[in-house]
Parts: sequence; C-alpha cells; structure tokens
Amino acid sequence: MSDIAVTHVPHKRNIPFAQEAAGALVILALGAIGWFLYPDDLAFLTRLIGIAFLVLSLDLVTGYCGVATLGHAAQFGVGAYAAGIACIRGVSDPVALLAVGLCAGTVMGLISGALITRFRGLPQLVLSIAVGQLIAGLANKLSWLTGGSDGLSGIEPGKVFGVFGFDMYSRTAFVFSLGVLVITFVVLQRFVRSPFGLMCRGIKDDDLRAKMIGVSIYPRLVVMYGVAGAVAGIGGALTAISTGVVGLDSVSFERSAEVLVMLVLGGAGHLWGALAGTVIFMIFEHIVAAANPFHWMTLVGLLLILIVVFAPRGLIEPVVLLWAKFKRKGSAV
Amino acid sequence: MRTIFSIMIDAVAYGMVLFIISIGLSIMMGLMRVVNLAHGAFAMIGGYLASYALRDLGVHYGVAILIAVVGTILASIPFELLLYRRIYRKSDPLIQVLMTIGITFFIIGIVNFIFGPSLKPIPLPQTLSGPLDIGFRMLPTHRVFVIACGIVVALALWLLIEKTEFGIKLRASVDHSDMADALGIRTEIIYAATFALAIGLGAFGGVVGAEILPIEPFYALRYMVTFLVVVSVGGAGSILGALSASLLLGLADTTGKYLAPEFGDFFFYLSVIVIVFLFPHGLFGKAHA
Repeated sequence: MSDIAVTHVPHKRNIPFAQEAAGALVILALGAIGWFLYPDDLAFLTRLIGIAFLVLSLDLVTGYCGVATLGHAAQFGVGAYAAGIACIRGVSDPVALLAVGLCAGTVMGLISGALITRFRGLPQLVLSIAVGQLIAGLANKLSWLTGGSDGLSGIEPGKVFGVFGFDMYSRTAFVFSLGVLVITFVVLQRFVRSPFGLMCRGIKDDDLRAKMIGVSIYPRLVVMYGVAGAVAGIGGALTAISTGVVGLDSVSFERSAEVLVMLVLGGAGHLWGALAGTVIFMIFEHIVAAANPFHWMTLVGLLLILIVVFAPRGLIEPVVLLWAKFKRKGSAV
Repeated sequence: MRTIFSIMIDAVAYGMVLFIISIGLSIMMGLMRVVNLAHGAFAMIGGYLASYALRDLGVHYGVAILIAVVGTILASIPFELLLYRRIYRKSDPLIQVLMTIGITFFIIGIVNFIFGPSLKPIPLPQTLSGPLDIGFRMLPTHRVFVIACGIVVALALWLLIEKTEFGIKLRASVDHSDMADALGIRTEIIYAATFALAIGLGAFGGVVGAEILPIEPFYALRYMVTFLVVVSVGGAGSILGALSASLLLGLADTTGKYLAPEFGDFFFYLSVIVIVFLFPHGLFGKAHA
C-alpha cells in the first residue's frame, strides 16, 4: 500500500473548479436517484450519508497518511454525542448542532491523533483500538450525560434555516445531509490536493524521505487527524440530528472495523473510493443482513479476503486506471 | 482481606486464561510478524468443538479438549496454506489487519451456521466443578485448574523454546529469517509448526477458559481486542512478557470491576494506553526494524 505514486499532471488552466463542480453534480445526481427511486428508504439513505462522512474521514488518515486505525468511530461518536447533548440542553438549530459536532470531532481528532500517530505499526494499531474503547467505555459509564446503554434519545432539532422542519419520512433530513455532504466533499477535494494534502501523501509513501527533506511528520499527522475528526464529527452530528437518537453502537469497535472494511472495499486513498465503498457495503448490508446476520458475516469475511488478495487497492482502482488512460488519450490528440 | 484474596484468585485465573490464549498469538507475531486478529476466532472454534463433543458426543472432558485442539488445528490448515502464508513478514499492518478481520468474520459466520448461534456451555467434570479445600480457605477448583494449566503451559513453552532443537531453530528464524534460511533451516516448516502450535494453544485456552470468557456467537469479535492488547503490552514473542502482561491486565480489569464496577473497561484501556505509550514495543519486547 505504499507504492501509490502521485502522478502530477500540470493541467491546462481551463475552467476553474471544474473537478469540484463535477464531484458535486455526481453526488447530487446520485442523491436524486435515491430520492425518486426509493422514497420509502430515505431514512436508510440518510444513515448511509452519515456513515459516508466517517469513511471519508477514515480515508484522510488511512488512505492519505497510511495510519492503520481501528478506533475511528471515536471521532464520529464524540461528534454525535456532543450534538445530541447540545440539542437536549437547548441548542436546537441544526446548523449550530453541526458546528458543535464539528468542534467536538476536531478536538477528539487532535487528541487521538496526538496519541496514535506517535508510533507506527503494532503500537499504533493498539493505541487506536484502546482510544476507541476508552471512549466507548466512557459513553457507557457516564450515563448521566450520555444515557449509557439506553442511548441518548429525545433529540428534537428545530427547523433548518428556520424553514424546513424534520418530518417522519426523513425528507428534510435526507436533503440536508446530502447538501452537507456535497459541501464537505468539495472542500475535501480541494484539501487533499493542497500542498498540505500532498505532503501527507508523501509522508505515507515514504516517511523517511519526507523527514530527510525537512518535513516534521508528527505535527502534520496530528493536524490531518484533526481535520479527519472534524469530518467524522459532522457525520456524527448529522446522524444524531436525523435519527434523533445516539446509541453506543456509534462508538463501538464493530463500527470502526466496518468502516475500515468499507474504505478498503471502495479503495483507500481516493475520496470517490470511500464513497463507493460506503454505498456498496451499506446497500448490501441492508439487503443481506436483514435476511440472516451470520450469512452476512460470512459474506463480508469472504469479500474482504478476496479484496485483500486480488484487489488490494479496492474496487475504484480499475475505474481510476481507465480514467487516467482516457485522459492521456484525450491530451495526446 | 477476604475481598483482596478473592480478587487475587479471580485476577490470576483470568490472567492465566488470557495468557494461554494470547501466548500463541504472541509467538506468531514475534516470529511471523502477523497481526493476527483472527486468533480469537480459532479459540472460538475450539470452544464450539469442545462444547459439541461434551454435550452431543458425551465424551470425557480431557478427550473433549483433545478433540478441540486437534480439530481446530486441522480446520486452520487451509487458512495457513491459502492466506496466512501470503502475509508472513512482508505486508504492512493494514493488509494483515484486513485479511485477519475478514477471516474472523468468515469463521464467525460459518461456525454459527454449522453449530447454531447460541451460548455454548462447556460443562465441567465433577472433579473440577466444586470448591477445593487448601487448608485455610476454600477455592473454586476450576480457578486452581486454570492457574495450573497456565503455569504448565508457560513452563512447557519455555522448555520447548530454550532447550530443544526446534526452539533453537525458531529463535534463529525470529532473529534473522533470511540467514536461518540460508543456513539450511526450513523456515516455512518452522512457520507452519509455529502456526499449528499457536492455534492449538488458542483452542486449548478457549476451552479451559470458557468459565471465565464464555463461548458465545461473537466471542471472536468480543475478545479480539483483548488478546491483541495483551501481546502488545507484553511485547510480541516474549513468554515472560505475555505472562506478566496477562497477569497485569487481568489484575487491572478484575480490580477495576470489583472496586469500581461502573468503570471496568475504562481502567483497563487507560492502563493499556499508558503502557503502550511509554513502552511502544511492549514491556519485554524487542524492537524490530
């Protein structure tokens, strides 16, 4: 996983923000398909979008920085709990709640980043797990604050921009989540191509070399973790707002493992890979797990083994190669 | 005093169970450098097999343990040949983590499909179930049995690794695999034998520890983290490390649960963070380049 070279093509200055606009349009188109074809499953689709934030966030640290973590749900859960608690204590504006989730996620990201990115390999993995479990333990035990194992319920956010109230068909929640996803995705697309994002890639590909050219690795990884925490926090807050409950599952080890599976399924190191993995995994889970959870586990296990053995860069890789080929052909003509 | 004593007995027994299961993982990680998250899944297979043998075949407890260990090793062979061999020593941790999580999910699904998703009790024989009188105090016999098992395993492993030819070859492969290969040691056979040993110990621990870590459908997921943490705290590949880490974490966990039940896991993971942060290669581990 350390051999992805960034091929930098000095592209012609054509339309500014074309790539971002294309990204936004594709997500909106997918959202529209979901809206019109599956109007009864909007609650599920909203949940999917919430998880997509967590997978994107994980992509930032795992795909772009090469940090192996099995505790990433901590950031998501902290964002969700923070938004939920703020809502119960009287903050009802959904946008303000998102900001609360974002801040909480960022703080959590910085803290766990400071602990986790100090090491590489096994200690890193174990620290990430331990941090995740610590948060899960706290969420369970501080029941006066978090509701403990009953979960935090009774989150009733106000209207979006004071106009659109949340309904039981999740229509508002879906559109709201989709909008936030589009904005976040566009920002992240810029962010991963910024000098900072490219440097993180460099650290992932060869940290010794990065050190040799004078990059201080640790602070960069911590900052990246903070950004990832912000993204995960938004996802958590969105989930809390749209479902109205926050349960212990949002900080669980299973959640962390699941999102890692989603990311690798789609392809780590690509924002589109993260999205694709989330969509494929969640839809399959929705269908198969409802039938028999153990068949689902067998299937996921098998799929994961096959992916690691035959397509370690995820399902997005053939698409990326095809796209690169297409582009090269285009510029040669 | 009475509380302290019972905490100690429970903590040591719990620590010994952790030790028996984790030592296999520790040796594997020391030798093959594989972060094997599926270790608990093999312990679970052992538990399911023993439960089946005891309750449906009605065999003796000792025979059930034998069936469990041998059966689990046999079941693990295809995994070793097809999958683990690819990731020995070379892949980065992310690939290993993903593959072994995949194996864990796969095993959970298959095992529960075959044996049914329910709690699998492993009934103890008469001789192990009652209390044991040690003169000044009564102890649960099973706890004493588990502690004895742990001590025997530790001693046997120490003898195997320090005093036998296999042990010499194993240590040579741990220190410098390529050089051992060049000197004519068949490292792939050493790897396969170590894998079988690790899995067998895992299955054994799963069966004898079933009173303390009950065998249930999600056993492999629930304790996946615990075993990995023990190895990481102790240092991969060190018997002394695994033993001390098991006892230490067993003590932290049990004491936490007795004295502050509402914060049980919290203390466990807090101590893990502190130890791993201070000793990234474990208490008794060596830094591998």
